[in-house]
Amino acid sequence: MNSHEIIEEVIHTPVRLHILSVKVENKPGVLMRIAGLFTRRGFNIYSLSVAPSELGARFSRVTIVVDAESAPLEQIVGQLNKLINVVEISDLSPKDAVERELLIATVPTHVDVRTPLLDIIATANAAIIDVDSSAVTIMLAGTPSACDDLERELEAFANVELYRTGRVALPRLGTPA
Amino acid sequence: MQLTGAQALIKSLEQAGVDVMFGYPGGAILPTYDALLDSSIRHVLVRHEQGGGHMAEGFALATGKPGVLMITSGPGATNAITPIADAYLDSVPLVVITGQVSTSVMGTDAFQEAPIIGITAGIVKHSYLVQSADEIPRVVAAAFYIATTGRPGPVLIDFPKNVSLETMEWYWPSSVEELDLPGYQPEVALDMDAVAAAAELINQAERPILYVGGGTIKSDASKELMAFAERTGMPVVTTLQARGAFPDSHEQHLGMPGMHGTYTAVTAIQQSDLLISLGARFDDRVTGKVSTFAPHAKIIHVDIDPVEFNKIKKVNVAIQSNVATALSALDKTGTKPKNLEVWWKQLNAWREEFPLFYEAQEEGSPLRPQMVIEAINKSSKPGTIVSTDVGQHQMYASQFWKFEEPRTWLSSGGAGTMGFGLPAAMGAKVGAPDTTVWAIVGDGGVVMTIQELLAASAAGINIKVCILNNEFLGMVYQWQQLVYDGRLSHVALPSPDFVKIAEGMHCVGIKATTEAEMHAAIKQANEINDRPVVIDFRTDARENVWPMVHAGASNDDIIVHPSQRGN
Repeated sequence: MNSHEIIEEVIHTPVRLHILSVKVENKPGVLMRIAGLFTRRGFNIYSLSVAPSELGARFSRVTIVVDAESAPLEQIVGQLNKLINVVEISDLSPKDAVERELLIATVPTHVDVRTPLLDIIATANAAIIDVDSSAVTIMLAGTPSACDDLERELEAFANVELYRTGRVALPRLGTPA
Repeated sequence: MQLTGAQALIKSLEQAGVDVMFGYPGGAILPTYDALLDSSIRHVLVRHEQGGGHMAEGFALATGKPGVLMITSGPGATNAITPIADAYLDSVPLVVITGQVSTSVMGTDAFQEAPIIGITAGIVKHSYLVQSADEIPRVVAAAFYIATTGRPGPVLIDFPKNVSLETMEWYWPSSVEELDLPGYQPEVALDMDAVAAAAELINQAERPILYVGGGTIKSDASKELMAFAERTGMPVVTTLQARGAFPDSHEQHLGMPGMHGTYTAVTAIQQSDLLISLGARFDDRVTGKVSTFAPHAKIIHVDIDPVEFNKIKKVNVAIQSNVATALSALDKTGTKPKNLEVWWKQLNAWREEFPLFYEAQEEGSPLRPQMVIEAINKSSKPGTIVSTDVGQHQMYASQFWKFEEPRTWLSSGGAGTMGFGLPAAMGAKVGAPDTTVWAIVGDGGVVMTIQELLAASAAGINIKVCILNNEFLGMVYQWQQLVYDGRLSHVALPSPDFVKIAEGMHCVGIKATTEAEMHAAIKQANEINDRPVVIDFRTDARENVWPMVHAGASNDDIIVHPSQRGN
């Protein structure tokens, strides 16, 4: 399955995905332990991001988007909880979360593509963050589906180099915890 | 007080209550071995790190205290992977200290370097890389706390050489709060609603079973189990990890469930309407085909590890607790099935019809392995400890030794490790020096760690080793006969001279071929207490373990001893 097909499938079956927001101790090896646990049980990680948070230097937040049909969610959460360095786990269903992710892409800009590219940038509300005589680098911070849309639009261009960060999420305000 | 990292590590072990450890020195751990010379801790010098790890496990299983293994980096550390995995699967509290190359060269393929934290990540409860000497007391205290609380397990401390040479100002954490474990909560408050719901299910039950697992022994709950079982009159089965948690001689004990369990234990679970799991984990060796396991039963599951709930079977009531606490609370409710008369009538009929059985010894034939185990059992004092490897001998020992007390049976259950039995017996003997300890092993497994006989004789660890020697890899041989149409693939094991091996390692070696020699050998072994004794019992390769439920088959399709079939 190529990435485009995976994205298509995800878009059409959004309930499969669960977002685990995991507060961990900021210690060496934490990510190895989390990744190892997923590997051992054959759990499928859809995306993963690790970064410091408001929790200070002692803790980080890991946002793991999991395919909840690859394993029972109860088992995933339980196994994660058993890791000594994992402090707290919130399980957010996509409908109860606000999610964002960052997409950046470098697109070659020979003459005949400049106009359509500028249109796409404008429509997607993306921004140009770097430019030289032969290419531009653009970025979009948006919902996962906005990033999906932009990625699909950019498929029309040749030799695009594109990265996505994976999602970060917080509970939607007004949602019972 | 200023100490080196090495001194701080040894002092921390002393503070953690360690009075004996197992180990093997080498380059990266040299400074710590130097500091050990000034300590009161007894160190047993093993002959291979795998043996050392199993000794630490045997010590832990027999005493309930954590086992400690200290070894060097690289191959020293990788040699200990099997016992670490074994301890993880059987929830054995272990603290393993591995030397590591200095932090400045970690990751450069330095001499005797292995990334042991990464290698063991999936088989430890937790692990630490000590990055500065200041951390040592806190890390050691935390390692022991994690290894021994909640669901016990192995904890690894990777100790770089340069850290052992640094100096630090000594301290010892005075409380759990100082251990810096914000993500670790080993016990939760008992959910009294769950206890009440469980009590109600027990009140309604007509065909209940107490399904007793290793957690019952880990939480020292035998007394609570006895009180609860006797007051409620419910039948008991004990899994391979729980043998001894409830006396085999007790009228309510149906024996071991599972692949080679008793007909009555296996069938009673199948027919039960309520399964009360006490620190058991619905292992595939117990359940057989899960979809047909205990199909009519509601399930109460007591476990300290909530991940076990609904992992294999959906449960009706989950009680997250150690077994002792949960049983006390359940007992206080006064819950009791109304009438178990019909159930007991059925259970007793099965017991009558399908007891554990083997054919009597025939004149001129090799020894029946079951008979050897019964003979040793009869000649042994109450409280004698038995350890095994994995295989036919393990099943015979579990079936035919009568266990009366917890922590008298040490066996590699989850991992099924060949080579566990002999060193585990040594570890148990170190922990319980006044108790007789028998390793009952097969001729295949024993050679995997037989070098530890040298450690035993050198350190005066006077165990007794019963080798059930049929010159075959017996359990694999059994499967090849029954499942692979008799196509024997690499299961013949022409015997070495075990008597000479024993003598070459300064132990007493005895060979027993006939029934008379068997009795004489056991008598002689029981009279020798100043040296390890090895008996090579020549047993009958035609013998197989019955009953048997084939791997992946339903427990309803249990196959009994050939003489009990038909009719």
